[in-house]
Amino acid sequence: MQAALELTGVAKGFTMHLQGGVRLSVVSNVTFSVRAGECVVLGGPSGAGKSSILKMVFGSYRCDHGQILVRRRAESIDIATARARQILALRKDTVGYVSQFLRAVPRVPTIDVVAEPLAGSGTSRDAARRKATELLRRLNLPGPLWGLPPATFSGGEQQRVNIARGFLPNFPILLLDEPTASLDAANCEVVMELIAERKRCGAAIVAIVHDHNVRDRIADTVIDMTRFAEIA
Amino acid sequence: MKDNEDEPLLVAEGLTKRYGRQTGCQDVSFELYEGEVIAVVGESGSGKSTLLQMLCAQMEATSGRVLYRKRDGVMCDLAAMDEAERRFLARTDWGYVHQDPTIGLRMAISAGGNVGERLMAVGQRHYGRIRGTATSWLNRVEIDPVRIDDSPRTYSGGMRQRLQIARNLVTEPRLVLLDEPTGGLDVSVQARLLDLLRGLVADLKLSAVVVTHDLAVARLLSHRIMVMRGGKVIESGLTDQVLDDPREPYTQLLVASILPL
Repeated sequence: MQAALELTGVAKGFTMHLQGGVRLSVVSNVTFSVRAGECVVLGGPSGAGKSSILKMVFGSYRCDHGQILVRRRAESIDIATARARQILALRKDTVGYVSQFLRAVPRVPTIDVVAEPLAGSGTSRDAARRKATELLRRLNLPGPLWGLPPATFSGGEQQRVNIARGFLPNFPILLLDEPTASLDAANCEVVMELIAERKRCGAAIVAIVHDHNVRDRIADTVIDMTRFAEIA
Repeated sequence: MKDNEDEPLLVAEGLTKRYGRQTGCQDVSFELYEGEVIAVVGESGSGKSTLLQMLCAQMEATSGRVLYRKRDGVMCDLAAMDEAERRFLARTDWGYVHQDPTIGLRMAISAGGNVGERLMAVGQRHYGRIRGTATSWLNRVEIDPVRIDDSPRTYSGGMRQRLQIARNLVTEPRLVLLDEPTGGLDVSVQARLLDLLRGLVADLKLSAVVVTHDLAVARLLSHRIMVMRGGKVIESGLTDQVLDDPREPYTQLLVASILPL
């Protein structure tokens, strides 16, 4: 079966021009693939380049070398060379991303922050809001908060808004950067259930989780990122 | 126009503007698609406003050209159109939001008149309908319709800017050019305006070019960014790519100079 996501020989580094042009290598020769319904967890210490991999797949970091093939219906798109418009199109219906921190827009109420990606992929605004409500309820976010912008929420509350936003649309590829980091046990459990459901629906998931229990529950494959760290 | 969706709405090819020996803008090329928002960022004097004015033929390019796809699907070179056609497009298809609302608005006529005037320019004559549309647009930009007969002179800076936006969008243009739309406004007023613009751009599926020196504005509003310096585009790409993974020394400096909150 063809992989939903396939990285081949991916390398990433940064040139810090403000620090005298220092060149930092983050990862090199990263090669792995994710099938539909599979959850791959990226392991390794902080700084091993795990988040950089997710950002490259999402297209918010550039990929210096290699290929990142994403399957969208019958076609395969290489994120590393795709045009901006293609990447934006993928984000609308194929690749979802739950970042570590919520970047909230001022003044936009939580319910709309969550509903936005679903509404953007063709569902009516009302239906998207209804579904957003269900998911927020499931994640135990108190009802009175739904109408408020999340900027002033606690870390765990913002995290759940972020999770709801990422899980609401049924994207075939889901990138999760420490989705349970600031959650209590009950909410952590909900997120693990959501991940399991999404896998059953055939989503290919790449996740970063440090908690061993969570990792053991969700991972089908664990990839040790230190394998790909460039030897300085 | 479904079959034209894959064609850009606007194409800039090698746009260059020289003022005597000074270069305002050098060899700028890009494509803008329907529903897409491009932010042009860079410091004062980098050529951002010059570029914006060339895009809607307010200023003639020294070399290069601008192609625009009209509603009938035909791509036209702006320079090859006659003045009447360009003015018709400026009234119907394009909006231009100035940093200073006193330039974009007619300060001597009422707020309702400012919005209604663009409707009359496209041939509407029914007073009641024009007033009705103006009222609903004031609502949409969060101006209390009881202020419809007041002069924009009596409006605050943020209200004037919202009125200017209503005046521009009332004819449902396809392309909106915004020159520092939040410049000079208080931050709370800025946030409200940005949120409003974001919603309108998405609802109306507008294409827009936003000139700003504020990277936060670019992050919020745009899909793509072009970074300009000394009249040239030195870096461009997806907005989060340019801001999260800037490549050029100057872009890295811009991003590193954002004050943390």
